[in-house]
Amino acid sequence: MAEDFDVIVVGAGPAGSMAALAAARGGWSVCLIERGPFPGSKNMYGGVVYPRILDQVIDRWWEDVPVQRFITRRQTMVMESDRALTVDYRTAAWGAPPYNGLTTYRSDFDRWLATKATEAGATLVCSTTVTGLLLEHDRVVGVRTDRPEGELRAKVVIACDGVNSFLAKEAGLYANFSADHLTLGVKEVLRFDPATIEERFGVTGREGCDIEILGATPGVLGGGFCYTNYDTVAIGIIAKLPSLAAAKVRPEDLIANLKAHPAIEPLVRGGELVEYNAHMIPEGGLKAMPQVVTDGMVVCGDAAHLTLAAGIWLEGVNFAMGSGLAAGEAAAEAISAGDWTAAGLGVYRTKINSTFVLKDHEKLQHIPELVLSERVQFAYPALICDLVEELFTVRNPTPKPGGIKVLLDKARANDVKLRHLAIDGLKALRSFR
Amino acid sequence: MTERYDGVSFEDRMATVQFSVADTAHIVVDGDKCQGCTTKACVSVCPAKLFVPLSSGGVLFNYEQCFECGSCYVVCNEAGAISWSYPEGGKGVVLRHG
Repeated sequence: MAEDFDVIVVGAGPAGSMAALAAARGGWSVCLIERGPFPGSKNMYGGVVYPRILDQVIDRWWEDVPVQRFITRRQTMVMESDRALTVDYRTAAWGAPPYNGLTTYRSDFDRWLATKATEAGATLVCSTTVTGLLLEHDRVVGVRTDRPEGELRAKVVIACDGVNSFLAKEAGLYANFSADHLTLGVKEVLRFDPATIEERFGVTGREGCDIEILGATPGVLGGGFCYTNYDTVAIGIIAKLPSLAAAKVRPEDLIANLKAHPAIEPLVRGGELVEYNAHMIPEGGLKAMPQVVTDGMVVCGDAAHLTLAAGIWLEGVNFAMGSGLAAGEAAAEAISAGDWTAAGLGVYRTKINSTFVLKDHEKLQHIPELVLSERVQFAYPALICDLVEELFTVRNPTPKPGGIKVLLDKARANDVKLRHLAIDGLKALRSFR
Repeated sequence: MTERYDGVSFEDRMATVQFSVADTAHIVVDGDKCQGCTTKACVSVCPAKLFVPLSSGGVLFNYEQCFECGSCYVVCNEAGAISWSYPEGGKGVVLRHG
């Protein structure tokens, strides 16, 4: 039976639009299907788009990308009760092309990127939910949609249907879809006068600040974030789902708690809530990934569990774009070569294997688990604050204590065994080397 | 009862989010299976607070203000109690500041 399109891309998020763009540029007919009324309408994220992949496909993308602010100030904060240690880095270099990171609203950014795909020749169909796969002899040959007579056939289906990926599950690619690898992200978007944001975050013009926080969710394995848009500040938490469920704490109460912290309260005081939103995040890293290639289909972005949650690196949109680009190119090459079985589409796997998309995940595969471990979450923030507090507390006339003694004392006081510190430290060093 | 913090009630919080409600529910809960559930994890994790425990042991739910995150079925420990799919095309949550 003839195909309706050469390639069907399910989901017009950053993975899907990149895939559609690449496949269309490869010369093939592409249908990009989005279940929301417009691309981005179902999406939220935790703050920063890292744009290097955009360089590869859109010349001078910064001239028309819908940007809120370009990140020139990046902070990592470790907090505990009413204390916090912040590493604060700023550089003007990130405020000029080609830029290192930007904040945006996904309703704007995803729509913009989808437009790039349609300009390359892809057909965008919104308000259409893909309800399942068309299978023939265990081979994916298209999708079912909720439109009347909504079956669409294609040589290759690219599943960019998000963290819940019903398509990857239906194709049997997920051996291991579990709450253990998933976090819930919730955030508030608070409106301010841009001048207030500039003052509070120490930025000017279109410069912006991004703060990632360890220890933001007391009693729950998780983290926090706070970043600037042009005239809003986004503040939110992520929480490991089984831990959130066990603690019986409400997500919005975790945000309220974070907003009340002395290190955060002065930044978000008095903002008007313009939107509250939530999304599930695949944070398990390499261990939680599904197979990404089968006969007639490849899987990208959140659907492939490609979000990187590795402590100081928290990235997702770039991995979605990187994997989507590779998938679109792979689909185009496989069709040109006349083989879009799993073997022919294997070139997708080869492509992501040779770039950051899988390389970073391989390198950092042990980090997500470490970051969301009980010790890193519940013991180390207090230990770190204790150490820094001791370092900076002046106890004249008592002389300053030796560093080793302070470490031993504070480790004991926080019930942290040096053996565990060494194990965790080595694990981190081995991954980051 | 309206719970408040920060001067914003939960109803006001949810009122900031736009929904285009579908006629049919994309979440279906099998109440019989909830009877035996002791954790009721869906109640505490759902960011939209769509699940409410009943004194009878079951769970009351609504689908109208769903973020479509999937957390409820992921944490549910009673196999098959929550059936969850995406709403029909064009319906459901419409985020503007995500």
